Amino acid sequence: MESIGVLLACPMNSYLEQQLDKRFKLYRFWTVPDKSSFLASHKDSIQAVVGNAAAGADAELIEALPKLEIVASFSVGLDKIDLTKCKEKGIRVTNTPDVLTEDVADLAIGLMLAVLRKLCESDRYVRSGKWKRGDYVLTTKFTGKKVGIIGLGRIGMAIAKRAEAFSCPISYYSRTEKPEIKYKYYPSVVELAAHCDILVVACPLTKETHHIINREVINAMGPKGVLINIGRGPHVDEPELVSALVERRLGGAGLDVFENEPYVPEELFGLDNVVLLPHVGSGTVETRQAMADLVIGNLEAHFQKKPLLTPVV
Amino acid sequence: MESIGVLMACPMNPYLEQELHKRFTLHRFWKVPDKSTFLTTHCNSIRAVVGNASAGADAQLIEALPKLEIVASFSVGLDKIDLAKCKEKGIRVTNTPDVLTEDVADLAIGLMLAVLRKLCESDRYVRSGKWKKGNYMLTTKFTGKRVGIIGLGRIGMAIAKRAEAFSCPISYHSRTEKTETKYKYYPSVVELAANCDILVVACSLTEETRHIVNRKVIDALGAKGVLINIGRGPHVDEPELVSALVERRIGGAGLDVFEHEPEVPEELFGLDNVVLLPHVGSGTVETRKAMADLVLGNLEAHFLNKPLLTPVV
Repeated sequence: MESIGVLLACPMNSYLEQQLDKRFKLYRFWTVPDKSSFLASHKDSIQAVVGNAAAGADAELIEALPKLEIVASFSVGLDKIDLTKCKEKGIRVTNTPDVLTEDVADLAIGLMLAVLRKLCESDRYVRSGKWKRGDYVLTTKFTGKKVGIIGLGRIGMAIAKRAEAFSCPISYYSRTEKPEIKYKYYPSVVELAAHCDILVVACPLTKETHHIINREVINAMGPKGVLINIGRGPHVDEPELVSALVERRLGGAGLDVFENEPYVPEELFGLDNVVLLPHVGSGTVETRQAMADLVIGNLEAHFQKKPLLTPVV
Repeated sequence: MESIGVLMACPMNPYLEQELHKRFTLHRFWKVPDKSTFLTTHCNSIRAVVGNASAGADAQLIEALPKLEIVASFSVGLDKIDLAKCKEKGIRVTNTPDVLTEDVADLAIGLMLAVLRKLCESDRYVRSGKWKKGNYMLTTKFTGKRVGIIGLGRIGMAIAKRAEAFSCPISYHSRTEKTETKYKYYPSVVELAANCDILVVACSLTEETRHIVNRKVIDALGAKGVLINIGRGPHVDEPELVSALVERRIGGAGLDVFEHEPEVPEELFGLDNVVLLPHVGSGTVETRKAMADLVLGNLEAHFLNKPLLTPVV
């Protein structure tokens, strides 16, 4: 398979890069000085694209690669791939579901605890020597807080299971009600927001869910509400969120994703009721290895004409 | 009851202080310039002492207060109270069990997530602008890690229940095996440490459990092991722990308590595998109010000759 051209959209994982380089003819898109010349010269040899949460395969790239057969994403999210165009052209698409579910759910709970109990702030308090001058402020109990989940897929369900162990009543919003689930369903995000203490974004990013957290939802959450985003930055109207946090119209936020990563609004840096993470949801050694193996496995299956492991299209 | 003298050992909670002041003649021990003179002058009017995790009623204080009838602790831990002396003199002792169990268990899980997923470090990474220069390192998955609990009382059980939701196999050590639980018992702390990934201290501090986490236990826990202490600082041989962390002989630690609070060994401040909290285990608005009400309720019950709410002695 060493003659098969694979285009790696951006740096994402050394092990994956190394494995792709061993098995295929690997092109590192980010090292190319002139992307359009590169595409013009190599368009007939590239049969696969490997993308992730940061970069994938938009319509323009797909059009530029007439021999493209498969887009394998090193992520579960598909928002950087033009799925319609892929379907239209018969291009297969794979992602990395399941293997990262637990890590992302763990991080969501970690963010809830970190925001409500001000873990990072208190750690800073100790390291700065302030504890010698007085005790830290009282924070808010996590157990029993009402958790509202937007999107009750694999990750949403894993978050719910964990939160239940803390006696958190669970409610959710999704495109359709899931009658087999015992959690309380709300037919709109605003109603969900009005009836929970902690609102978690756990749905895919699509045109419909862009800015699903908007001013109305933030208002419904109120000054004690806490937003947790482990989805995609564009799920949230970021300027609205920032002003709500700065003006204390919202109680707090735990954010692993932002609209323009790696840029994070600096107005947030001075707040003690936010926890800001550099998109580490699936960022453990164990999980990234499993994700890489899934990408490689899908590519090999495709080029050996075997069934794909985790096809989306 | 306004003539009853109550000695408050140290500042602990404004609401509690205010209520004690309203109902009794409150003496704030930390404001007294000369403690021995004070005790001589007031030894016949003080009938109750209110203590906490920092200060309680040792043999010397008990001997100095011949009219002492009850020691009510604003904590569940009793290590600052000379229980033997209280028993001997027929002095009642109360604490605040149950109301703080969930907060402390929540914090233990928060510490585990914060240490394994480096939450505080990654939050620092974002706020320092480093994310613009590159992604954060990979961390370690929490789900499925083996959790070993020293002390399977109320708090230990609450920690186990939460960790189970993350598919963590649970094992424990306690003075006697608890045949009614399904968790795996180890007859020694060293064996427990050798067979778990995350070791949590959740037992009471007594003469027997002082330095229960010593060099041998730290060695058994090993270079990938993580220690979580939500008990008392003296449970751990702190210098041994510090050198093990600095020399990377142990994987990491999440500590809410220290041997000489509020002093924290500064060698820890430069480490990225520790989370240091200023003894905030029960430090939420909700729980401290519930604890204060329990202290007040116990004192009132005692002086009204009614059954104590949460007696220990």
